[in-house]
Amino acid sequence: MARAVTPRRKALNTLIAWTIGLILFFPILWIFILSFKSEGAAILSPLEVLRAPWTLESYQIVQGRSDYFGHFTNSVVISLGSTLLGLLVAVPAAWAMAFVPSARTKDILMWMLSTKMLPAVGVLYPIYLMFISLHLLDTRIGLILVLMLINLPIIIWMLYTYFREIPGEILEAARMDGAGLREEVLHVLTPMALPGLASTVLLNVILAWNEAFWTLKLTAAKAGPLTAFIASYSSPEGLFYAKLSAASVMAIAPILVMGWFSQKQLVRGLTFGAVK
Amino acid sequence: MGRIQLNRVAKSFGNVHVIPPLDLTIEDGEFTVFVGPSGCGKSTLLRLIAGLEDVSGGEVLIDGADATAIPPAKRGLAMVFQSYALYPHMSVRKNIAFPLKMAGLDKAEQERRVAQAAEVLNLTSYLDRRPGELSGGQRQRVAIGRAIVREPQAFLFDEPLSNLDAALRVGMRLEISELHKRLKTTMIYVTHDQVEAMTMADKIVVLQAGRIEQVGSPLELYRRPCNTFVAGFIGSPKMNLISGPEAAKFGAATIGIRPEHLEISEAEGLWEGTVGVSEHLGSDTFFHLHCPAFEAPITVRAPGERAFAYGARVYLSPRSEHLHRFDAAGGRIE
Repeated sequence: MARAVTPRRKALNTLIAWTIGLILFFPILWIFILSFKSEGAAILSPLEVLRAPWTLESYQIVQGRSDYFGHFTNSVVISLGSTLLGLLVAVPAAWAMAFVPSARTKDILMWMLSTKMLPAVGVLYPIYLMFISLHLLDTRIGLILVLMLINLPIIIWMLYTYFREIPGEILEAARMDGAGLREEVLHVLTPMALPGLASTVLLNVILAWNEAFWTLKLTAAKAGPLTAFIASYSSPEGLFYAKLSAASVMAIAPILVMGWFSQKQLVRGLTFGAVK
Repeated sequence: MGRIQLNRVAKSFGNVHVIPPLDLTIEDGEFTVFVGPSGCGKSTLLRLIAGLEDVSGGEVLIDGADATAIPPAKRGLAMVFQSYALYPHMSVRKNIAFPLKMAGLDKAEQERRVAQAAEVLNLTSYLDRRPGELSGGQRQRVAIGRAIVREPQAFLFDEPLSNLDAALRVGMRLEISELHKRLKTTMIYVTHDQVEAMTMADKIVVLQAGRIEQVGSPLELYRRPCNTFVAGFIGSPKMNLISGPEAAKFGAATIGIRPEHLEISEAEGLWEGTVGVSEHLGSDTFFHLHCPAFEAPITVRAPGERAFAYGARVYLSPRSEHLHRFDAAGGRIE
């Protein structure tokens, strides 16, 4: 139902929304500004920081001191790898739960979701010990496995919601038209679920990219993704705000760009089912 | 050929017996309508024939061969769904061609058959549109097109017209009947609308609570309903069913008289009543009367020119040759 909004009210709402938006965005903006200042300028008061000269010094130092591309590659491999491996398990699982549900389907879904309520640190020791005995510490494959398992409930839930939106009669029509299971999935289900698959992939790549707890605990030098790269600049020896900021900008830039270009898809994916 | 036989076919979901074991034969080329109130199991029965539901017992024979364990894709039947169930991501052309593609026909043959079906169904100028860009009637035609291209052994229609508006429904009803006359293929049509059943069917199967109440041609059901359920369900306006002492006078627990078989007169008749609402349709007039002798109001169908004032006193007489008598269990007394 449309409600009448006076222009003054509208202006006020806009102002409030922008203020909240800017407050939320400010830390990222500040990191961005600091990354272009010298280390000495970065610890000054905010006004002085803004007046200090702009420089690429921090980026050069960070680039020279650590292996950005190594970490970047690890991030790409781990986030894509865990998402694709997750899809391999989640697509058949979600298909079965959406189209041939049993009396227990709802319970299984809730149980999977409940695993997300467990604090990660609660299973740190068992997983750490398993990683030691399986020689998975500081390996990409180890991280791919653990991140896949952690995000699997979300992937299955998202796909399940998408598949549920596909009317069963359309799949039955395909069956009547002579399609076997393979053709049904290939020609009817997949094309219809494509937007859902795309936003599931996007969201899970982002989640895996940003995951810091496991990536920091289970890696050292070799398999560390960009989260480990940032963390290496917050050291106990002293404050390196400018370099930390430069490292952060370098770490979040790729995912920010990806998120920017896929905004529409992402919003649709996250609000699917809620807004139609 | 498309002769379909159900032998002791039953369906239950858990402990709920939707369809108790039933037998039914649908002859090749016959237009059979399953009709009944919602929840009577008519759609389930159709889905059992299609193979979209597994039977809990009994067997489905298609042309004499046991099809009970054959998946829907291999039964050689085509189905038109209530929701049309078109593939939203494909053009009309691809929708219609889909069953041909699944059957592995070559491109040229696919094109030829799609063009032919589009011609028959007036869809030629819409072939490159998506289903979302079509009206309800056009979507229904595409669904029918998708069913006819593969020349199936039988067509299954699951309430195909219930999403269309009244005017379009009458038009599509005729088109489907035309199609049947032309193709002479077996058709099984599910509806809750007895007018559709009466106008289209060669054979009507009246269902209630999963049981077959009566099977017969439209006129057989109209003339000799085997029980009070069929009597009340078939015919529009509904048959007047009268129980109690007035029925006892005719040696029955319930008597039934169709509105068109009652004589209405201002002077004399068997029952006295007052005129309630009159519905003037032009060709006919329906009078709803209140008779002190019966509990329920009585409907009378009279020629269009007849008119009575609201509250007028009138007399009714049944035409005895059209009076139906039923026993206490609802069964017909001959």
